Amino acid sequence: MTGGGGDTPASAPPLHRTLGLTDAEYEAIVSTLGRPPEPPELAMYSVMWSEHCSYKSSKVHLRTLPTEGPQVLVGPGQDAGVVDVGDGMACVFKMESHSHPSAIEPYQGAATGVGGIVRDVLSMGARPAALLDPLRFGSLDDERNRFLFGGVVAGIGGYGNCIGVPTVGGEVKFADCHSANPTVNVMCLGFVPADAVLQSRAGEPGSVLLLIGAATGRDGIGGVSVLASQTLEEDAHESRPSVQIGDPFLEKLLIEACLELKDLEILEGLKDLGGAGLTCAVSEAAAGVRLGADLDLDQVALREPGMESFEILISESQERMLAIVRPQDVDAAQAVCTKWGLTGAPVATFVEGGTLTVRRDGDVIARVPARSLADEGPEYDRPAERPDWLDALQAEDPAAASFPGSIEDAFVSVLGSPNVAGTRWAFEQYDSLVQGQTVVGPGADAAVLRIEGTLRAVAVSSDGNGRYGVLDPYAGAVHAVAEAARNVASVGATPAAITNCLNFGNPERPEVMWQFREAIRGMGDACRAFGTPVTGGNVSFYNESGGSAIYPTPVIGMLGILNDYRLLVRSGFPADGLAVYALGVTRPELGGSEYAEVVLGKVCGRPPAIDLEAEARLHRLLAASSRAHVLASAHDCSDGGIAAALTETAIAGGVGFDVVPARGIGAHLWLFSESASRAIVAPTLGSERAFEELAAAHGVPCERIGTTGGDRLRFRDLFDVSLADAIVVYESAIPRLMSAKRVAV
Amino acid sequence: MSEHRPRIGVVTFPGSLDDRDALRAVALMGGDPVSVWHADRSLGGADAIVLPGGFSYGDYLRTGAIARFAPAMESVAAFAAAGGPVLGICNGFQILCEAGLLPGALIRNRGLAFVCRWITIRVDHGSGAFVRTGELLPVPIKHGEGRFVASEDELRRLEAAGQIAFRYCSPAGEASDDFNPNGSAANIAGVWNEAGNVLGLMPHPEHAIDPDLGPTGGQPILQWLLSVARARVPA
Repeated sequence: MTGGGGDTPASAPPLHRTLGLTDAEYEAIVSTLGRPPEPPELAMYSVMWSEHCSYKSSKVHLRTLPTEGPQVLVGPGQDAGVVDVGDGMACVFKMESHSHPSAIEPYQGAATGVGGIVRDVLSMGARPAALLDPLRFGSLDDERNRFLFGGVVAGIGGYGNCIGVPTVGGEVKFADCHSANPTVNVMCLGFVPADAVLQSRAGEPGSVLLLIGAATGRDGIGGVSVLASQTLEEDAHESRPSVQIGDPFLEKLLIEACLELKDLEILEGLKDLGGAGLTCAVSEAAAGVRLGADLDLDQVALREPGMESFEILISESQERMLAIVRPQDVDAAQAVCTKWGLTGAPVATFVEGGTLTVRRDGDVIARVPARSLADEGPEYDRPAERPDWLDALQAEDPAAASFPGSIEDAFVSVLGSPNVAGTRWAFEQYDSLVQGQTVVGPGADAAVLRIEGTLRAVAVSSDGNGRYGVLDPYAGAVHAVAEAARNVASVGATPAAITNCLNFGNPERPEVMWQFREAIRGMGDACRAFGTPVTGGNVSFYNESGGSAIYPTPVIGMLGILNDYRLLVRSGFPADGLAVYALGVTRPELGGSEYAEVVLGKVCGRPPAIDLEAEARLHRLLAASSRAHVLASAHDCSDGGIAAALTETAIAGGVGFDVVPARGIGAHLWLFSESASRAIVAPTLGSERAFEELAAAHGVPCERIGTTGGDRLRFRDLFDVSLADAIVVYESAIPRLMSAKRVAV
Repeated sequence: MSEHRPRIGVVTFPGSLDDRDALRAVALMGGDPVSVWHADRSLGGADAIVLPGGFSYGDYLRTGAIARFAPAMESVAAFAAAGGPVLGICNGFQILCEAGLLPGALIRNRGLAFVCRWITIRVDHGSGAFVRTGELLPVPIKHGEGRFVASEDELRRLEAAGQIAFRYCSPAGEASDDFNPNGSAANIAGVWNEAGNVLGLMPHPEHAIDPDLGPTGGQPILQWLLSVARARVPA
């Protein structure tokens, strides 16, 4: 490499393999260029053709997903999806992973993940309005997992709190398979007038590309190829220089400067710099309008002297954006940058012809077709094979196992499991209120955000279920979409569209590829059934170490729309004396359940069956009930079954209940079954009949199981506990594991 | 009878975050909000000033330590010295302490972690018709460095002079350590200056205004600011 690595010793592997390119990929580059690539060119191809940037193992499958709908303004392939939410407003949203960096350096890994997704939303012209963080770690009994969990939460807070974007939701889940490979996903959404969405394909010959924000340094060299596109092995800590370092203050200035440029209408387009840095932003911007670009590295502000050209080209230094402006607007744009204390350097110009030419010190150091980098990466239909261990795992049905002991002990175990228990330990470290539009914040089924100046709101939820995924990846994906949709429906919203982050192991292993293919199939089927197209997302492969992968975990970010936020339905029982109804049918389904894991110590069986039509009917009933104003509370019933759902509802409202378990099904099955398509609701006083009629009209089974009131959780003829004790179990589980001080309740 | 809408300036520093929230809250409470830029000496003819929450200058060096040198702060100091009402919220409180316009200092929370939570504060020493001594106000906090500290002498002096504006307390009004979210000395959540025209507090009254979003314990604090501003305007 040009001065970068010195001369290559004869015994060392060829440079392209060191950079993560296969021999066949190298040959394709030679064929494209008609000559062997120069080292800087090879570096550019290595990052753009990495799994992370090119989606080379996944795109053949992703193409099968439903992506169109009347509300979709911008679908997959752009920096973020855009959905029309009514009243002239659009919601921009996207999810990504920063799992590999977070495994190596949790604080900066998570922090820069937040910064990156925020810039994705910003690049569509939207003000970033909310963040959600779905997180998965190994058991908190292990010190390193506590370190990772604590560091990631601190990093999310440290960055998100400092840029003024509220963190309003997300998940916190634990499974042993995440010990070596934590899963750190982050979702951002923002709002922009529907007619002011910035087009990713913008500019014409002569347009100037201004690099705004941070100086470019040596941090994050090869982040996408070294970190994100390989498995983490024991020497992973040596990759620490590939983890970027965040500066949230600079990001805040960058947000304001870019939005001011947009308001002044001097932006033709805006690209974020993330994975693969300047190479990715410039080549994608040029390829998007079928142009080329002249890129002058001498114009790039550098953090240190002596940086190699290839380093400047692929550096993933954070807090940088590329503004595309007309030549006559460069001065005005730079004045805005100066106002916010930022540099805005004209680093490139669009040219006819499609060639990306890179110069340094006046010399051409790279000359490649822009589209060959951005759009013409390799594509693989990798072999897929159902793993042979799956039959045995599915054959063992936890519902067939005899119940081992006290039902009350089982209740306490499930409620105090870190997968079910309260997550305030994490969410109190995040600012959930800034920007002043958070109607419902963390801890609810879905977060609800108002759209300023309207009565409209969006409801957002992120959901995944790794246990279901490993037992049946098709069903796991269907359940993830269904639960996310049910969550936004529970607050009264109509599910509209999804984004996703697909967290999987090594795609070069046939069983992982099979899991991926099945998950895509499930996600597609569920999205078609609910009318929620896929507007984009992210694939995170290589989440494995030593041949042991994480559970295949598609995490779904669901966007729902509430026409009038004042009609939203909250999850907690608000008062005594209300009738409590269970919606849906409870079957003896414990496969992959929380109960099976914490009480029986097993992850086995088949995930609950799911009828997509029945699920959709439930969503429609919940939205209709909100519009009809007949519900005082509604809460999705999933992890931990009816027992957990009722208890969460009581804790959220501070009101107890008295319920009669169903006959004809074992008590532990009724309490802990995770049958799909269910919810716990309480109609407002006097609306019981109206609600029952509405449920019947929607074809949703509806059974009155008891009454709210008092300060005890009473499961008639089984056991009862005080609400205060339940709160202690629920709220103290994670703080106790993290050895934090006791929580005030 | 329509009341005069006093002009309330909200200063935006680089890294201010709750400035737009403060502008919105002022408008909801009947004021005329005006944005003030940190680099300008002009306060835009404001009758009162809000220094909003956020991470001015990234909170690098020390919270509020850089912002206090902004040109707008010279004007704010002169405005306060002339009796003009100034409200510092969270980072704004930190800036006022750094600028010497309020006593004490704010350091890292006792728990060493950022904390975002709805809490209750008790008015320890009220002012005027709106911020009434003994009243309990539900408001949110969201900060990592909100632990109020001062020397023992200073604390005694503040107590005696009636400069302790708010204390963290239980929902019933008991200011015990169990309800001290950040380890502040004597549960202090906010203080007045000696003249009583400058108020700083760590909780966020601007996020407790709109009943659609939660409790409205912030309203009396904004009403205090608006009423003092109104009184200064010749009718």
